[in-house]
Amino acid sequence: MMVQPLIQMVDVHKAFGPAKVLDGVDLSIPQGQITTVIGKSGMGKSVLLKHIVGLLQPDQGQILFEGQPLAAMKKAERRRLKMQVSYMFQGTALFDSMTVFDNIALPLTEHGRFSKKEIRRKVEEKLQQLDLKGIENKYPSQLSGGMRKRVALARALVTNPQIVLFDEPTTGLDPIRKSAAHSMIANYQKRFDFTGIVVSHEIPDVFFISHRVAMLDEGHIIFEGTPDEIQRSRNPMIQQFIHGLEGRHDHLTGFVPPSQGMEKFTREMVRLQRHKIDFSLVLLRVNNLEVIDELKDHEDSQKVLQHLANHVQGCLGITDTCSRVGLNKIMVLLSNSDIGRARMFCSELAREMEMKKILDIKDPPRACISVSAGFAQAMENSDLDRLIQQAGSADNMFYEFRVC
Amino acid sequence: MAHPISIINGIATLGRAVIGPLREMGQVSIFFYRAFLHIFSFPWQFSKVVEQIYFIGTKSLFVICLTGSFTGMVLGLQGYYTLVQFGSEGLLGAAVALTMIREMGPVLTAIMVIGRGGSAIAAEIGIMRISEQIDALETMDINPIRFLVSPRLAAALLSFPLLTALFDAIGILGGYLTGVVLLGISPGIYFSRVESSVKMNDINGGFIKAIFFAALVATICCYMGYTTHTRAGGFGAKGVSNATTSAVVTCCVLVLVLDYVLTSFLL
Repeated sequence: MMVQPLIQMVDVHKAFGPAKVLDGVDLSIPQGQITTVIGKSGMGKSVLLKHIVGLLQPDQGQILFEGQPLAAMKKAERRRLKMQVSYMFQGTALFDSMTVFDNIALPLTEHGRFSKKEIRRKVEEKLQQLDLKGIENKYPSQLSGGMRKRVALARALVTNPQIVLFDEPTTGLDPIRKSAAHSMIANYQKRFDFTGIVVSHEIPDVFFISHRVAMLDEGHIIFEGTPDEIQRSRNPMIQQFIHGLEGRHDHLTGFVPPSQGMEKFTREMVRLQRHKIDFSLVLLRVNNLEVIDELKDHEDSQKVLQHLANHVQGCLGITDTCSRVGLNKIMVLLSNSDIGRARMFCSELAREMEMKKILDIKDPPRACISVSAGFAQAMENSDLDRLIQQAGSADNMFYEFRVC
Repeated sequence: MAHPISIINGIATLGRAVIGPLREMGQVSIFFYRAFLHIFSFPWQFSKVVEQIYFIGTKSLFVICLTGSFTGMVLGLQGYYTLVQFGSEGLLGAAVALTMIREMGPVLTAIMVIGRGGSAIAAEIGIMRISEQIDALETMDINPIRFLVSPRLAAALLSFPLLTALFDAIGILGGYLTGVVLLGISPGIYFSRVESSVKMNDINGGFIKAIFFAALVATICCYMGYTTHTRAGGFGAKGVSNATTSAVVTCCVLVLVLDYVLTSFLL
């Protein structure tokens, strides 16, 4: 039985004067998942989000919430729905004449439903969770771009919404903060179980946090599916867009982007099938990034990943390829190698990491950082997903390395 | 003979020229109506109203005192040299007081507040509009008109009559300064003429004007800022500057027009 999507856009049209921005958009947003909308700049991604939150009305078409048309809802129903939705604006839209505390408290104070004490408690809880303690009396203009984004996120989450819309949440951030913001969205989505809709250009990073991806082009949704499906899509427009944006290197780790990792896998498979040249795959995983997020902050957890990447780089051969395959996973493809070389690679990495501290931050978290490494050798009929799964399974786990 | 299409085009242009301003007037009226009703909606926005009274009222005190005193002084000077030709310089007190209370007080107070507070209101709300802060309010289910406009309207309705009263009093003292201190009219005559000529109706009329001007100025300035994005070229800093200029010019013109209309009803 098909599950009813939480939000559905059916044949939505929107034009501003002669400029058609949305030209028959059909999109389904499943409940409790993160859906990312990608597309070129100026293609109407933000306009699409504004329709969902009710800031814009479609010229034609319908927006359905749990199957019920938004336009047909009574005022009280619409207000109830609005209470469940939060919107994080591209430019944060914080009130510049209010302090950070007042900004976060605003959605609670204006409705008169909570006592002052309750509001203080809720705001302080969010300040704590988002590592914003100590800046509550500052004004937005006194904060850095990353902090402003976090304040905006705190304001969006303070009402414990069921649906959160993120309009380019990482624009203008550096690679570590960008990655931290993504992991923050993914973590909070897991923790609070909200439905997230993200508009972003950050490819491939958004693929790591998204359950579903939709691509908007020329006013239509030209693709809707999982991140894996879009990366494998043969549509030249999609491929061109993804490859154009992902760059030559992953900014956080310095590795090649996932699509190049996949290409390398395909080339190695051809060599294996034609010339019987073996290759193997090592999967490294930081197991407790979320714990570090909680105990320290999201930026530190990304630094852990960055440091791990540096150590891995040091152990790579010239023909080996490394890329991220998830928020906390790194895949290493070892050319011209059997399972023995993969084991050696892991041993060498373990030795390297034992000698050096993986985390170079001043005040380490009160938790161990646990990195596990597994490997698998490719067979002639292997596919990438299966090989990654094999390398990540308990049977093939070579070590679990802990730095405390 | 004119071509039928050019006649139709002419009629269409005329229609647009009439419908446009009429529609805008309707929108401003609805905007005022909604803002006014929300002054009384729960939860009360007492602290915001006080904050706005401080901004519109208290911070205008200096400029009101300054303009009030010089207006009174110049009225005293002009009035004296006009009245002395008829040997009736003793009426100076009455002339200054009635001019100040009926006309100059409400009108000049409104114009001063437009320049000092109204422009700032239009710019502040305009910036909030272009930086999506107003959209953010809507997404939080906070009524932007209630949140931004109602406290300013309430503050203006309370501040304008008080500022006008202050302007009148300072103006009468300014007239005293030129008429009595500089030009030598008897102080007793000056004040007795003020007392005998000013009726309660004059004071009421002045306050009624002040209240109408308050509603007009607060509504137009907030409306111009609020609708910054809907105007041609209404984006970015230029949009805000256009909104502020339109707010000031429109308010000044409408205050003078409304003054004439109100005077014709009040007399």
